Amino acid sequence: MKVMEEIKLMKGNEAIAHAAIRCGCDGYFGYPITPQSEVMETLMQEKPWETTGMVVLQAESEVAAINMVYGGAGCGKKVLTSSSSPGVSLKQEGISYIACAELPCLIVNVMRGGPGLGTIQPSQADYFQAVKGGGHGDYKLIVLAPSSVQEMADFTVLALDLAFKYNTPSMLLADGIVGQMMEKVVLPPFVPRRTEEEIRQQCPWATTGKVNRKSNVITSLALQAEEMEETNLRLQRKYAQIVENEVRFEEVQCDDADYILVAFGSCARVGEKVVELARNEGIKLGLLRPITLWPFPTKEIQRLAKQVKGFMSLELSAGQMVEDVRLAVNGTVPVEFYGRQGGVVPLAEETLAALKEKLVK
Amino acid sequence: MTAKEIIKPENLVYTKTKVMTDVPMHYCPGCSHGVIHKLIAEAIEEMGIQEKTIGVAPVGCSVFAYNYLDVDFQEAAHGRAPAVATAIKRLQPDKCVFTYQGDGDLAAIGTAETIHTCNRGENIVIFFINNAIYGMTGGQMAPTTLEGMKTSTCPYGRNTDIYGFPLKISDLLAELDGTCYVTRQSVHKVGNIVKAKKAIKKALQNSMDGKGTSVVEFVSSCNSGWKMSPHKANLWMEENMFAKYPLGDLKDTEKKHYGQ
Repeated sequence: MKVMEEIKLMKGNEAIAHAAIRCGCDGYFGYPITPQSEVMETLMQEKPWETTGMVVLQAESEVAAINMVYGGAGCGKKVLTSSSSPGVSLKQEGISYIACAELPCLIVNVMRGGPGLGTIQPSQADYFQAVKGGGHGDYKLIVLAPSSVQEMADFTVLALDLAFKYNTPSMLLADGIVGQMMEKVVLPPFVPRRTEEEIRQQCPWATTGKVNRKSNVITSLALQAEEMEETNLRLQRKYAQIVENEVRFEEVQCDDADYILVAFGSCARVGEKVVELARNEGIKLGLLRPITLWPFPTKEIQRLAKQVKGFMSLELSAGQMVEDVRLAVNGTVPVEFYGRQGGVVPLAEETLAALKEKLVK
Repeated sequence: MTAKEIIKPENLVYTKTKVMTDVPMHYCPGCSHGVIHKLIAEAIEEMGIQEKTIGVAPVGCSVFAYNYLDVDFQEAAHGRAPAVATAIKRLQPDKCVFTYQGDGDLAAIGTAETIHTCNRGENIVIFFINNAIYGMTGGQMAPTTLEGMKTSTCPYGRNTDIYGFPLKISDLLAELDGTCYVTRQSVHKVGNIVKAKKAIKKALQNSMDGKGTSVVEFVSSCNSGWKMSPHKANLWMEENMFAKYPLGDLKDTEKKHYGQ
């Protein structure tokens, strides 16, 4: 008998909190910042420490929170933190340490307009920070871009699964719209937290106490250059595997398209409307929505570049992802950009006008 | 007595604790770190908690503490050890968790983490090595550098008009409701070593008993950074450091508050 799905109405930020509890997270560490404070508020409201045993802690800063994530992940625990742009900037040092120490965890960035203190309105201007590294040194995050409340829940689970698959930090790169808007969502099923024994099996490297083994050390330090180079080469081999296996994207009416709009997150929602408006005018427009921003769907863009007349990237920024589209297309067809900044969201109509002016001549 | 008789087990009066590895130490001769490491290792062995203990190493000279102490370890970013330890203990409450931090790590870059970890009453131990100088980076001024003391970044002596005052961080931590035990020790003489070991054991036991945060400060010498012989450094420490940082318990009580 098919079990009836339980459909709920909630904010994207709330969906993250519920998904974290349900997928067996061991700990959340965060610091309040708009527009994502509902993540911690929901967790505190739910009191998971009384049900699943999940720890929820309001840290004294984003810096402390990401280092708590380091400590928890180093114990093999399933942990996450969430913040918004200025707070995520503060976390960058810690993220770099986590990437180098090869610890699995999830960092959620519900982006707001910057630079500086900026605004609390939605933005996608942390794209570079998320996909190019962000902190110091050569490292990458697995970056997932949800565009609905359903995906806020689903990708919380997926991002943590990928983090443990590759022992690497993953990021949910959402924006203020996806965080704040309310939609229907089917929450993931409850999965019990792993037992201590299961953690010892899954994470034999973790600091779970030196019992019948050599002591485990979580560190990102290697004073010898050759040793540090070996660490870097190991990371790069891992990243190559991720590029090979984990690219995810969605396409809307790309099969017969003459032009492709590339957009992620809330911009992809605008993009769907742009495709509809364009098709009404006889312009064969398709939408490519990267779901993983890193690894980027480079090969798919290269494939599409052989059949279309041009691309336009739509972003809540001055134009960041467009650089990766251009790198993929490599000059074979035009790649244009349209976006709004500082928290302003483009309308479908103005986006179509820009498309016509820049690309469809 | 023949050599063969001397090495009989019943004649054994001292042996190196198994919680110390055989890795040669990188610390300078005369440095306090080696003695403090050994005391912590002995305490862990005597309390039978090697399998339960997780240490957090700082940035600074003792960054490689994990090479010498044979327990699980995490190496934290500069100043962040208390945050790292907070999560380890919250997520594994049956473990004995300690940080090992220098004055720059604990009282400059990590002040916020130190204060808030203590204020939450996390059930961890903070071992705080105060030698009033940044040793690893080559002898720069620390928050605990004494007034008039010369370092590479206050080469004419710490003038409080320019550099501010030496920070008595342990006194501050003793004021917080979350700390249960704050003590200041040294390891420069046998009597002090015996007392310091007692303090270490008490602090580790507090962590296991869930009494709150324990802070054990070790007023230490850095003869290399101070540019003195080990012996002279100890004499200078007694005369100058102990005057500003007097030895003894600053607090020994049950904690008042503890959340979740």
